[in-house]
Amino acid sequence: MISRRDFLQASVAASAIYGASGVGNWSRLAAQQALSQDQLLQFDPLGNVTLIHITDIHAQLKPVWFREPEINLGMGEVNGLPPHVTGQDFLKLFNLTPGTPEAYALTYNDFVALAKAYGKMGGMDRVATVVKSIRAERPDALLLDGGDTWQGSYTAQMTAGQDMVNVLNALSPDAMTAHWEFTLGLDRVTEIIDNDLSFPFLGANIYDAEWDEPAYEPYRMFERGGAKIAVIGQAFPYMPIANPGWMFPGLSFGVREERMAEVVQEVRDAGADAVVLLSHNGFDVDRKLAGRVDGIDVILTGHTHDALPEPVQVGNTLLIASGSNGKFVSRIDLDVRDGGVQGVRHKLIPIFSDVIAPDPEMAALIDAERAPFEADLGEVFGTTDSLLYRRGNFNGTWDDLICNALIEEREADIALSPGFRWGPSLLPGTPITREDVFNATGMSYPAAYRSEMTGEMLHTIMEDVADNLFNPDPYYQQGGDMVRVGGMGYRIDVGKPQGARITDMTLLKTGEAIDPAKTYVVSGWASVNEGTEGPPIWDVVEGFIRRHGTVTVDPNKSVQVVGA
Amino acid sequence: MDLTRRDALALGASTFALTLLPFRASAAADDAIATFTGGAATSDGGVSLTTPEIAENGNTVPVSVDAPGAVAIAIFAAGNPTPEVVTAKFGPLAGSQALSTRIRLAGTQDVVAVAQMADGSFAKASNTVKVTIGGCGG
Repeated sequence: MISRRDFLQASVAASAIYGASGVGNWSRLAAQQALSQDQLLQFDPLGNVTLIHITDIHAQLKPVWFREPEINLGMGEVNGLPPHVTGQDFLKLFNLTPGTPEAYALTYNDFVALAKAYGKMGGMDRVATVVKSIRAERPDALLLDGGDTWQGSYTAQMTAGQDMVNVLNALSPDAMTAHWEFTLGLDRVTEIIDNDLSFPFLGANIYDAEWDEPAYEPYRMFERGGAKIAVIGQAFPYMPIANPGWMFPGLSFGVREERMAEVVQEVRDAGADAVVLLSHNGFDVDRKLAGRVDGIDVILTGHTHDALPEPVQVGNTLLIASGSNGKFVSRIDLDVRDGGVQGVRHKLIPIFSDVIAPDPEMAALIDAERAPFEADLGEVFGTTDSLLYRRGNFNGTWDDLICNALIEEREADIALSPGFRWGPSLLPGTPITREDVFNATGMSYPAAYRSEMTGEMLHTIMEDVADNLFNPDPYYQQGGDMVRVGGMGYRIDVGKPQGARITDMTLLKTGEAIDPAKTYVVSGWASVNEGTEGPPIWDVVEGFIRRHGTVTVDPNKSVQVVGA
Repeated sequence: MDLTRRDALALGASTFALTLLPFRASAAADDAIATFTGGAATSDGGVSLTTPEIAENGNTVPVSVDAPGAVAIAIFAAGNPTPEVVTAKFGPLAGSQALSTRIRLAGTQDVVAVAQMADGSFAKASNTVKVTIGGCGG
């Protein structure tokens, strides 16, 4: 159905750029001269249908720095396959040159130097420019939002996602699916869908738990370019497990492979010429699903925040990975004829915020959404001497800072910070504002608990989380990163089964081995249990930064990873 | 920040429910299955077992079995202290040979469905259902 020739046309947008400056010549000016909006948007249209994919924006209205992961392990048969390729290996695999804009956008290497050269990425006003430009060429292009849109910033926190709903309505997508949206609470989600949302909210795998019946619209059929395009929504499968189930009572999720096969059959029977899955499964879950459910032409992946310059092909299904935080927009042109997809052209468009002009209308709307909060957003708590980033399978510096804050402010032996994948980066020497702290912590169950746990319980928790990440079967993975640990070192053999991965747990302040029978004071945040007590994590982090003035995060050497 | 020392030092509510490690299929489960089959060998295929990969609530896990042509279907929770969950018999007038229920799982374990066919043979399907603490995905 999709020929190899068509497949080879897939490329990263920036790879067409010539004249990008080399090492030692990275100035913002050079970057701006080497890159142009026209180059970033250049695309030879193909066929009769265009898809535009955005996902995992996490409420980032403004451009951000976002360092891609250094460690992103793939288990079992996906070991070493994209997206489980990072840094130099990633550059080699996709034939990219170190130091170029695309290397900066897609890998972690020389992040600070390149960030200074090429500037921040994303910004919904820049995304709007890209969307409008594509629509100018293809007025009926389908804009699809993969979810994790309404959470992750101070303004989203203060408005319960309303700022994002307003911005997305202005962008006018054709459909969305969801994950963190549900952590606003089911009543709030229902209120938004019923009153505000100008486009369908899809989730074929969202069920009423009591009656085991579908609870949300599973798909929407669109007529485009004389063809019928079915867009099926798939919400995050592990919603009530990875996030607090009590916030959206009565709903059940799950991968529900059989249900997906049924819905694909249903839309094919209804005459769909092309089937698009708008998914929040996570990349490896989608890759497995694509190999087991026939009839899906394109999966727009999400959740795991991977950005890939080329689609990954599984049988006749193409998997698209469009990154996170507004860093990228994917454009996929389809030639849909004679009841099927005859050709595909794809481009991962990097949103260099200094190159792509903000759309004036969207910029004005974003300003209006932020205006009531400007003074709070810009309040400076201190300065960071270190690069602060979160993404990566094990500890990142943002979470090391949060763990340090939990240990000091809450007088704990050990701190735990969840392995979220959202949260932009901060460059060394920059101020830390309230906005920055909320970008790393803003969510609806922020209580920083202080609790006593035995060494045995800590081990059980570590093993449990590790299996959610490193189980070789993707359907048993929840798509987050490993829980971040402060005050305790450990060794992890990722290839071992659950119960045997975590060893050598050591209390760092004494250097002693963790005693299974002994009790330790543990502080953490984002517990999924109802009734968790403690101050919100952002207050704890603010207090810590204010007390220190300038924060420095030492390189974390307390996690030893083997078996990868 | 409003946080006072007193607040800071108060111990919060218990934040993680302790979950036990994976339960291995016990000898009790093998015995229970052997009792149902009379010790006969079981083949794969012919039984379709639907379970969640990860239980949303280990206390009530939805399980469905479909075994066209079966005269009896039994479900076993291989890691539970009492592995026998339910046995259903289907008469000749049964419109379909399918069974859905919700079961409690003591921890991560295999759920096994065994069907007795009209010719006296037995077929089996098995799925691992994970029971997890959760809470750190995202």
